[in-house]
Amino acid sequence: MSYQWRWGVFLDPVPSSGATYLGWMLTGLQTTVQLSLTAWLIALVVGSLMGVLRTVPSRWLRGIATVYVEVFRNVPLLVQLFIWYFVVPELLPVSVGTAVKQLHPFLQQFLAAMVCLGLFTGARVCEQVRAGIESLSKGQKSAGLALGFTLSQTYRHVLVPMAFRIVVPPLTSEFLNIFKNSAVASTIGLLELAAMGRQLVDYTAQPYESFISVTVLYVLVNVVIMAFMRWVEGRTRVPGYIGGGR
Amino acid sequence: MYELDWSSIPGALPFLWAGMKVTLKITATAMLAGIAWGTLLAVMRFSSNRLLSWFAAGYVNLFRSIPLIMVLLWFFLIVPAFLEGLFNTPRSSDTRLTSALVAFALFQAAYYAEIIRAGIQSVPSGQASASLALGMTYGQAMRLVILPQAFRNMTPLLLTQTVILFQDTCLVHVSALADFFGVAYKVGDRDGRLVELLLFAGAVYFAVSYLASFLVKRYQGRLAT
Amino acid sequence: MISIRDVSKHFGSFQALKGCSTEVKKGEVIVVCGPSGSGKSTLIKCVNGLEKFERGEIVVNGTSVGDPRTDLPKLRAHVGMVFQHFELFPHMSITENLTIAQVKVLGRGKEEAIARGLTLLDRVGLRSQAEKFPGQLSGGQQQRVAIARALAMDPICMLFDEPTSALDPEMINEVLDVMVALAREGMTMMCVTHEMGFARKVAHRVVFMDQGQIVEDARTDDFFGSPRSERAQQFLSKILQH
Repeated sequence: MSYQWRWGVFLDPVPSSGATYLGWMLTGLQTTVQLSLTAWLIALVVGSLMGVLRTVPSRWLRGIATVYVEVFRNVPLLVQLFIWYFVVPELLPVSVGTAVKQLHPFLQQFLAAMVCLGLFTGARVCEQVRAGIESLSKGQKSAGLALGFTLSQTYRHVLVPMAFRIVVPPLTSEFLNIFKNSAVASTIGLLELAAMGRQLVDYTAQPYESFISVTVLYVLVNVVIMAFMRWVEGRTRVPGYIGGGR
Repeated sequence: MYELDWSSIPGALPFLWAGMKVTLKITATAMLAGIAWGTLLAVMRFSSNRLLSWFAAGYVNLFRSIPLIMVLLWFFLIVPAFLEGLFNTPRSSDTRLTSALVAFALFQAAYYAEIIRAGIQSVPSGQASASLALGMTYGQAMRLVILPQAFRNMTPLLLTQTVILFQDTCLVHVSALADFFGVAYKVGDRDGRLVELLLFAGAVYFAVSYLASFLVKRYQGRLAT
Repeated sequence: MISIRDVSKHFGSFQALKGCSTEVKKGEVIVVCGPSGSGKSTLIKCVNGLEKFERGEIVVNGTSVGDPRTDLPKLRAHVGMVFQHFELFPHMSITENLTIAQVKVLGRGKEEAIARGLTLLDRVGLRSQAEKFPGQLSGGQQQRVAIARALAMDPICMLFDEPTSALDPEMINEVLDVMVALAREGMTMMCVTHEMGFARKVAHRVVFMDQGQIVEDARTDDFFGSPRSERAQQFLSKILQH
């Protein structure tokens, strides 16, 4: 074997630009983080709303939430991403579609990936929130109503706050997943971390250094998130409350 | 408004079916190999041999913390070249399918291993004690008593994971391998009908996954009663 | 105060209530008893509309519960209810449990709500636990807090749905003592319970249910002295054997 290891490659300047390859990697990491966090925001909002709808008495609202979950869970993420990126702009009214297509390419890619990841993960958040609400005893809802709360007050003050505390641990793994899944955005050309790694291979002919660094960065992101979520878990723990149900 | 035109699909059906066979082949191989290797990893984690249990834990955590796409890229771009260099073989023919099979099996094994580990933990510890008291070795107790019960409990979860695997196989797109999604994309690209082909592919994946999840749920219901 | 007329209810094909009628006057305490599955919990949940019923009428303080135009939250705000499993809100401190509905439903100021809550906590002997969370209290303590939570709303009557049946035996009395005191003060109470000692001590009437029907509705002395129906006699002798 005659592979020449050269970790210094990251400090080499990129041809015809002022950046270094290290700079490239960090830009990629930054895009990964921005994409994941914005998508996570969408996932939390949509997922919580739909999760609540999955448990309400109205059959109509429940139906809407069920369709949402089934569609977004049973179509592969990559296919969803391609549909958001290639199909949706075509199906929008012409004026809107044209406007989208005139956006900066990076913005087009980023928006498609953000909406896609957000709604994809939202379906999973939705199921966690639903499970959380359902794990509360039926008596909690009765108790809220018996105190004179309306149904929406009962959800707001009693069911949802408690359900959220229960679902923090399972949400951690969804939060981790959104970072991992964000790598799929490289397939539509978004230069996030995985795509940067690939591009580095093409430019530098130092594939091992590039891939090992990208892999290590993903592992690091994972470790940081786990530490962060453990902190959140500690903050939201309910004193004296053990497990779901009784 | 965009005019939908589905006319390029009927002619492409034989190719799409060939692609689906590749998809199913990857799914089935990765499932069988992944469960076998995953079982071994899960048992290793309970081993009293530190080296084994650390290796298994490290393996599972590593694979679970990196994106599947990264694993696939490793196996498409780096590993074949590495092997060629190692054995000094000439650049052989198309290794992409083999790479995909190996990558999926190794990746899924990490996820299966976690499910199987939880399954083993769900068997009451008295079962192991009872087996050992009957004179079985640790290996026998695992094989004859613990694992059969564990697998019964976790079959639905393993199947659900396999549905996810089925969906994930389309990520072989990064190597332009002609699986179901790859064919659909190529046909759409060729005919300028990407919109229709992507929607069609989405519908097919939905139908298969939905049906499979439904069957798993029914099977789970039967287990519970 | 509470008038129940000919109320029937089905769960699917199972008839949970069959033409039940009874009445609770102001200041009266009635105990509803009967074997499990006899429909007593269902009946009491119909009184504040937590369960819907198909036929008949329930009127609480002049308001018809079954009427779709009735503002149920407004009605429930003044009908206290205590549950078998306490149903304190686990993510709120005891004080928050006592004040949240006062603030959000009755529109009381925070200060006033806390003052009222603490007074009632004092009354059930748990003033020192105000800052704890439900999960840190024993079952008996939680149930006393639950009673205080209902009383904080200044209810016109109280509904008790098997308040002691989820408690360890040594905690039953601390809860019954609070209920007895409440009854002696003249609170209107409808209690589903198996505690016959409590019934003897404070109940004006006992309603005995079996298979969704009210089999016997008698003054307490009459019920214990000379139950008319055979099923009530059987029930009483079984209870005594425990």
